[in-house]
Amino acid sequence: MTTIAETAARRRHAGRTHFSAKHREWIAGYLFVLPDALGLLVFLGVPMALSLVLSVYEVNGFGGYSFVGARNYLRMWNDPLFWKGAKVTALYAVMLVPMLYVCGLGLALLVQRTDRFNAVMRSMFFAPHMVSLVVVALVWQFMVVDKIGVISKLTAALGIGGFSFLGDPNFALITIVLVSVWFLMGFYMLIFLGGLQDIPRQYYEAAMIDGAGPIARFRFITLPLLKPTSFFVIMVSMVAAVAGAQAFDIIYVMTKGGPANATSVLIVYIYQQAFGFGAFGYAAAMASILVVALMIVTAVFFALTRGGRFHHEQ
Amino acid sequence: MSSKRPQPYFSQSQVTLVRGLWMVVTAILAVMTLFPLLWMVSIAFKPATESFSSNLIPQSPTLDNFIYVLTGVPFIRYMVNSFLVSATVTIVALFFHTMAGYALARLRFPGREVLFLSIFSTFLVSLPVIIVPLFVIVKAMGMLNSYAGLIIPAIFNAFGIFLLRQYYLSLPKEIEEAARIDGAGYWRIYWSVILPLSRPIMSALAILFFLANWNSFLWPLTITSDPNLWVVQLGIANFKSQYSASWNYMMAASTIVAIPTLVLFVIFQRQIMDSLKTSGLK
Repeated sequence: MTTIAETAARRRHAGRTHFSAKHREWIAGYLFVLPDALGLLVFLGVPMALSLVLSVYEVNGFGGYSFVGARNYLRMWNDPLFWKGAKVTALYAVMLVPMLYVCGLGLALLVQRTDRFNAVMRSMFFAPHMVSLVVVALVWQFMVVDKIGVISKLTAALGIGGFSFLGDPNFALITIVLVSVWFLMGFYMLIFLGGLQDIPRQYYEAAMIDGAGPIARFRFITLPLLKPTSFFVIMVSMVAAVAGAQAFDIIYVMTKGGPANATSVLIVYIYQQAFGFGAFGYAAAMASILVVALMIVTAVFFALTRGGRFHHEQ
Repeated sequence: MSSKRPQPYFSQSQVTLVRGLWMVVTAILAVMTLFPLLWMVSIAFKPATESFSSNLIPQSPTLDNFIYVLTGVPFIRYMVNSFLVSATVTIVALFFHTMAGYALARLRFPGREVLFLSIFSTFLVSLPVIIVPLFVIVKAMGMLNSYAGLIIPAIFNAFGIFLLRQYYLSLPKEIEEAARIDGAGYWRIYWSVILPLSRPIMSALAILFFLANWNSFLWPLTITSDPNLWVVQLGIANFKSQYSASWNYMMAASTIVAIPTLVLFVIFQRQIMDSLKTSGLK
């Protein structure tokens, strides 16, 4: 026992004299980061690279992989369901992002003042976000059951009903969008509240002394100073709409992509190809294209908004 | 907090009126927002025959739906699985992320910025776009249909590391110096100085991680086919295909799944909302 302790002590002592303080800090730094760096590499970095590799392979009948070159990409080009998926994805994003922006900002403005009442209201608006999407999907599906669901009855009573929310290809996607907005708006409300808090009060006070009404104050103070927050919100909600797990969960549980592929966003189609038909290579090819498309869209957005910094040009 | 603002246009009574109207509108919207959740709970207490009646308050409330879900289906097993997975992921993730966050914020070593940027760049990689290769890797590691497969890949995310690093950057330098003069090594500093100081942000992150994993669906759906390993979200999604007409059972099951997270939220709403609010931009 003593010898072990002694050797250990000697080794530790030797270590201290061998490595300078600087090098010890280096080693400690690497060791502390190691578990996370390794995990992120294996479970995020490698999959991203592997996606490209898989995209030129096909799973053959024996469960092995065979090289097929660009065949998966050609197949994609000729697959009407891929194009349908791309179109539905774009539609979903184009509807979801502005709606989330308006609802998130609207709610934030509504409960901006810090008092007890608003604190309770904020929690109520945020509450849907605490529930899992599987539950959310089930509850909404139940409420829009044709003719007898509570929302179906309500809309019929208001004279705007008579259609099937999830069964009619013309309404299924918009129904999914509305449920997504309901689920996500509390989260974006919080982000906007954070942004609103950073706007100095004095600006409003000065504007009011100058006689600016509420609309003018919103237009000339709130909106311009909220640009960094808006940039963040649009960016994050766009990425979430195109490739987020939330969209997948809601659609997978509520419609599985139907009816007539009306809600078949690409991530759902990719999943069905991979885990429904075992077409791993094809699914990986589509996922790679989706990532590239997402990168292009965000890069364009980034360039258009100058990285959200919005330096004034003059 | 709220400073008195000048109100050059309106008299005091007009201001009160506007404020009152504002509050009414807010309250109506808030109740509308909560309605689906209230409706879920309402159906959970209604017998099957009453599922599609339009009254929010059940006429003959019953606990039968809950009893059936908890005894007729292995729902308890799903809840235990979910709890085990979520708790393990949370604890291990917090351990690793505090370590990485501490090193990235307070230690100096070559390549630190590059490392941080690489970690940060995985921020926007979402599960659906890497699910196929991730499945292939996890399968190759022999972790299909195992708790390891449910837990290990879920541990690593850039969000937690990023938030913790930001938090550690804001701590004053003197805190560690005292410990270093006393001869403490880096591990000692991390364990007995940094970790105790991280308690507030750790509790916020713990809630977020736990919730995210309790609610996760796509990954468990992909790698578990063995019903003994099902987490509660899979159990309830599967419930739908088995009992497609029994909405009263489904709503009872949904309520059971939603209650733990909603209770957590009611208790910790301040921490949850504050941590999310600042996570966006700073």
